[in-house]
Amino acid sequence: MAAGKKGEPNPTTAERVSERETVVTRSFNGPARLVFEAWTTPALLMRWWVPKSLGMTFISCDVDARTGGSYRFVFGHPASEQPMAFFGRYIEVTPHSRLVWTNEESGEGGAVTTVTFEERGAVTLVVMRDLYPSKDVLDAAIASESIGEFGESFEQLDELLAGSGAE
Amino acid sequence: MVQHIQTRLDASFSALSDATRRGVLEQLGRADASITDLAETFRMTLTGMKKHVGVLEQAGLVTTQKVGRVRTCRLGRRRLEEEAAWIERHRRLWAARFDALDKVIEELKRKEKVDGRRKKG
Repeated sequence: MAAGKKGEPNPTTAERVSERETVVTRSFNGPARLVFEAWTTPALLMRWWVPKSLGMTFISCDVDARTGGSYRFVFGHPASEQPMAFFGRYIEVTPHSRLVWTNEESGEGGAVTTVTFEERGAVTLVVMRDLYPSKDVLDAAIASESIGEFGESFEQLDELLAGSGAE
Repeated sequence: MVQHIQTRLDASFSALSDATRRGVLEQLGRADASITDLAETFRMTLTGMKKHVGVLEQAGLVTTQKVGRVRTCRLGRRRLEEEAAWIERHRRLWAARFDALDKVIEELKRKEKVDGRRKKG
């Protein structure tokens, strides 16, 4: 792993850009061709989609990266007996430049994800957009996760820290 | 935990079930206001308005701050804070994935270099 220069990883940005859309961006030190390959090859996807820090494991990864093809990711988590499945269809697959897929695990309310790969010299800029069906759906996703398990524990931690600092 | 969520949702729903309180939120969406201003706008007694604001405050929909003798009301920050926290968690998830993806790409690059050399040589 010593080939690349050692240093800080490139920054990742995330933003809600409109009432129903979020955008994540990141640059990668490599050609679009290789970045795209890592997004569409199951054996490669399995090595980065669920990093160790998430505490989850990949159980299976089926990807048919063609327009109209489908995908299915199944993860296991020590805290849950049931594995979690994420699945959908590729609406558009344009090699080395663009991927569009649906997220169907949550039914009608799923976002459509568009990822673009833009080569700029030796660097590839990846822009990932999640477009939700409506403002209400995105608001609800934010609210439900905010009062979900993780949000709740962060909030409790914040309260604890605020309390210990002030008094 | 489920109990806690339920309590929070109940507080929000009952706060919003009243037309005056919805009106107060709408008013505060335009500008901050004192309880006296709100009481005048909605033609109620100060005590009545204090009660309504108290319910909204309990539900986290409004915050109040007393400066001197005036208590100013503004829309609660909770929703915005929740959104910022959600975006930040979303960012961290993808940053963790992308840091792992860097390694995969480095490896693909190295492999390509080696294969290229083999073909030439």
